Amino acid sequence: MASLDDLKKRISSVKSTQKITKAMKMVAAAKLRRAQESAEKGRPYSDKMNNIILNLSTGISDVDNAPKLLSGTGEDKIHLCVVMTSDRGLCGGFNTNIIKKAKLYFQKILDEGKTLKIITVGTKGYDQLKRLYGDNIIERISFKESKNVNYFDADKVGKIVIEKFDKKEFDVCAIFYNQFKNVITQIPQEQQIIPLKTSENEQNSSVDNYEFEPEEDEILSNLLPKNISTQIFKAMLENSASEQGSRMSAMDNATRNAGEMVDKLTIEYNRSRQAAITKELIEIISGAESL
Amino acid sequence: MSEEYSMEIVNPEKSFLSKNDVTEVVVPAFEGEIGILKDHISIISFLKPGIIKIFSKSGEESFYVNDGIIEFKDNNLSILTSLILNLKDIDKEKISEIQKSAEEELNKSDINDQEKYLLDQKLEVLKSIN
Repeated sequence: MASLDDLKKRISSVKSTQKITKAMKMVAAAKLRRAQESAEKGRPYSDKMNNIILNLSTGISDVDNAPKLLSGTGEDKIHLCVVMTSDRGLCGGFNTNIIKKAKLYFQKILDEGKTLKIITVGTKGYDQLKRLYGDNIIERISFKESKNVNYFDADKVGKIVIEKFDKKEFDVCAIFYNQFKNVITQIPQEQQIIPLKTSENEQNSSVDNYEFEPEEDEILSNLLPKNISTQIFKAMLENSASEQGSRMSAMDNATRNAGEMVDKLTIEYNRSRQAAITKELIEIISGAESL
Repeated sequence: MSEEYSMEIVNPEKSFLSKNDVTEVVVPAFEGEIGILKDHISIISFLKPGIIKIFSKSGEESFYVNDGIIEFKDNNLSILTSLILNLKDIDKEKISEIQKSAEEELNKSDINDQEKYLLDQKLEVLKSIN
């Protein structure tokens, strides 16, 4: 049995850990509110963008000459995966969930004999993937310095992707991120951005006759690269809200567990203290009796 | 009959401005400025760097935009842009900063004609503001 002093030390160390997790939970909660807000505010932009592209792509006359970003290269050999994770740890299963989802996809690609290329956004994703897929990682990006998610960071990633596409370095591009549902639930998502997938059932939404200036094709070829940045930005916003939510619940659990541990240790401490007192008393009494 | 329609400007971070009493909006479209009045035909176009002017019941407002897409449909104008600044409370330093990066960009050798045209436009507009 541990000595009284040891128990005392352990209790105080668990207590200070609890203080840290509690503080982290509060910080995450405050950040979560902000992240959620900006994720909500960012929605109109990407929704409108999607709408316009949908209207444009249904109105396009010459399908064969459609921009490659929309229709794809016609091949399906090289896959580029953009895996978006956080830069910081201590956020529960947040990163692991994305990586798990991504690894499933990677395995599928490799089993089909296709080439896999990976871009990691965020340091945690790189750390987890480098052991298994180190050779496949062609680029790693981290925005550790940026305090908030901003569009220019997303644009940077988007430009890298497009540049690689123009050089014909890949045929299909998918992004992986966590969609924020609520504080406890985040759903890892896989979204294909090149070629763009327009879901069929949305196409019968009212198609209007638009006037285009300049031509459809030109607008489309201008718009599609922007759309990629926008999608990435959306994913980053969702991700940051998810990260904070995940961290908040992880830290909440940690705080609770620390509380339980303190209770248990305190009971043990009190018991052994009493045992020591009783032992001393018995010694004194039996000493007195023997006189 | 009222001559007003509604408009919304959104940037990636948030919905920047939303009004429902505008009478005319002049936007710097790629092939020249377009003034949009009520009951304009549905149009999609994209913007070059320039000034958006909004005329409404409550007065006139001007904004600098870097790029963007506009969509007008059913008397609803949406403007999507990645960078927008209100000319009223514009920051001189910010303008110079954009101007500087545009100039640097222009000095690169690997830009194509369209990019060059856009950058020239940008500089011109920025100079006129400053």
